[in-house]
Amino acid sequence: MAGSDAHPAPAPLGGKLITPWTVFLGLLSLIGLFFIGKRLIFGIGAVSNINDGYPWGIWMVYDLVIGAALSCGGFAMALVVYVFNKGRYHPLVRPALLASLFGYTLAATSLFFDLGRYWNFWHVFWPRYAQVNSVIFELAVCMTAYILVMWIEFTPTVMEKFGMYGLRKKLEKWLFFFIALGVLLPAMHQSSLGSMLVIFGEQIHPLWQTPVLPLLFLISCLAMGYSMVIFEASVSSVGFRRPLEMDIFSGVGQVLKWFLIAYLVARFGDLIWRGALGYAFVPGIRSVMFWIENILVVIPLVLLWTPRLRRNPQKLFLAAVAMALQGMIYRINCYFTAYVTGDGWNYFPSLPEMMVSLGFIAMEILAFIIVVRLLPVLPAQEPAPKAAAAS
Amino acid sequence: MGMDRRNFLKAAAGGTLAATCAAPVEAREKREMPQGAVGLLFDGTLCIGCRACMSACKAENDLAPEFNEIEGSTYWDAPLDISGHTINIIKAYVGGDSDEKDTLDGYAFTKLSCFHCVDASCVSCCPVGAMTKDSVSGIVSHSKDACIGCRYCVAACPFGVPRFTYDQTFPYIAKCQLCKHRMAEGKYAACAEVCPTGATLYGPVKELKKEIARRKALTPGTETEFPRGHIGSSDTFVGPVAKYIDHVWGEKEIGGTQVLHLSAVPFDKLDKKPLPDVAPANVSESLQGRIYHGMIAPIAFLGALVLVAKRSAKALGEAGEPDHTQAGDRKGE
Repeated sequence: MAGSDAHPAPAPLGGKLITPWTVFLGLLSLIGLFFIGKRLIFGIGAVSNINDGYPWGIWMVYDLVIGAALSCGGFAMALVVYVFNKGRYHPLVRPALLASLFGYTLAATSLFFDLGRYWNFWHVFWPRYAQVNSVIFELAVCMTAYILVMWIEFTPTVMEKFGMYGLRKKLEKWLFFFIALGVLLPAMHQSSLGSMLVIFGEQIHPLWQTPVLPLLFLISCLAMGYSMVIFEASVSSVGFRRPLEMDIFSGVGQVLKWFLIAYLVARFGDLIWRGALGYAFVPGIRSVMFWIENILVVIPLVLLWTPRLRRNPQKLFLAAVAMALQGMIYRINCYFTAYVTGDGWNYFPSLPEMMVSLGFIAMEILAFIIVVRLLPVLPAQEPAPKAAAAS
Repeated sequence: MGMDRRNFLKAAAGGTLAATCAAPVEAREKREMPQGAVGLLFDGTLCIGCRACMSACKAENDLAPEFNEIEGSTYWDAPLDISGHTINIIKAYVGGDSDEKDTLDGYAFTKLSCFHCVDASCVSCCPVGAMTKDSVSGIVSHSKDACIGCRYCVAACPFGVPRFTYDQTFPYIAKCQLCKHRMAEGKYAACAEVCPTGATLYGPVKELKKEIARRKALTPGTETEFPRGHIGSSDTFVGPVAKYIDHVWGEKEIGGTQVLHLSAVPFDKLDKKPLPDVAPANVSESLQGRIYHGMIAPIAFLGALVLVAKRSAKALGEAGEPDHTQAGDRKGE
């Protein structure tokens, strides 16, 4: 028996790799790659609408800042399972880790193409150039390390597939160290995604500029991580026609509830403490966006309030979507809505620019589908898993 | 279990929190201007808007002309703002119908180029040290060779100074470096050298500040000699003293800058919105310093996590205990 936990062991889903869905995702990926090629030959300006007033567009804010936060499922589950020792959530770790692995890898890849002078990217890791006061330095080093750690954490799954049990056993002896790093590193760089804005000073509107930005980004990314675990499992259960284990997921919903409460306390506590809450009542786009952002925290909180509500798959799914959306809007507000960049500047992403971001998302989903069909990631189903997935 | 898990976690979390928040790591000290700091004094009341400084700047820094939005015209370089191809610009304020210079319903001139901050945001935020501040002259320089093109400096600069060339296959950051390449030849900033009225004046910041004090002490309307080119120059321009407002732009903004502006109209009319005295670089570095000082808090946190993760992994059968290989074999079938 596999220790004290009585979960079904993970098993490959099997099934066809070429379906209308995967072909569609493949096409989106190709379109994205085409525009990346165009960007490399003709420059960023030929593809993207960024300018000196908005030097960071969606490749930075969506692909990196939001993309990395949406990929916090692995971090969030590791925190519950390994730090708070809640073994019953263990079956969620592998799929969450895989989604995080692809999410982060693509966020970093996308950032590489957003660098104007990408051929110099290695300078960040080179002692002669590295500048430790820069928040981007911390981000780059820490995110790269985390991606490596996640690949290491995922290798036992690959070894399992190829029957390398001896090697797997050796690695697993040391896996706890990488698990610990897999909690520390995202805690560091997810908070840095907030700290990055501190140096903008008064260029960030007081509703968002605060010394507790790192704390807010940290709580928010964990809330997004739990939401994405629920979201991805719900979508997987529909897409791969597997039942959703409500026992486990209502528990995740309860964890999420506590993070939402912590977030609201920190967000509004800070605004009141700094005396900045008044700006929320000044008519304009900023206050409207502020209230949309925060109502989206209250909605999942209401949806998750009682155990009965949390056991309803629809309510749980809605709460997860609302919270993921909240995290996205919070980050868009911090980086775009709150940005006071001077008169006369405008930014809205161009179609090719959006196609690059969409292409990266498509690649990520495609890779996830392929891997769960080939490798033991998702928990095996009781009635013949292969028959259920062969659709 | 040796130590109660809950207590252990509490102690670890508490220790990390204490190290992060309450540790005796003070805010980073305020940066002082280097002893030999050099800079510019721009006196808007002397500027006649001839843009000779812009022309000289482009010639000396090998910058391409910009045939901007003057329709159908490719006759002259007409940038509307600084950009990847223009690092110094003279802009005009027009407040009303009056043709009287330096009045609110008349017009006024202002200059925009790098302010060479004492505590520069671009230097603090650059991840690869491409932005540097010279410890003697205080000039803020940019190294294209080091730059990765992340544009953090473009986004963070409170003056909107560093600019990027989005139109290039191999783009780069452009900003004023106070003609430091000319200093090796014993020359100084080209914009100051060619200024016909001494509106842009080059010199050690200490001397520039004395000149500011002298001008502000004079009676408005009387005539005085203004040095041209650099401070202490015997080449002078004689003109009337303006009625300066009681604000020297750059004296306190963002912790002080090495380019100082005098004006007779308020600076917010000249596209210079009020800025705080505290350098954002100081706020940011103090915050990062609190979290990462000596890496003590992250390492303590990691230590706690390692212990906790080891126990949990063992409990979950992931730490390679004897019967696990069998379980794995069974799974692998």
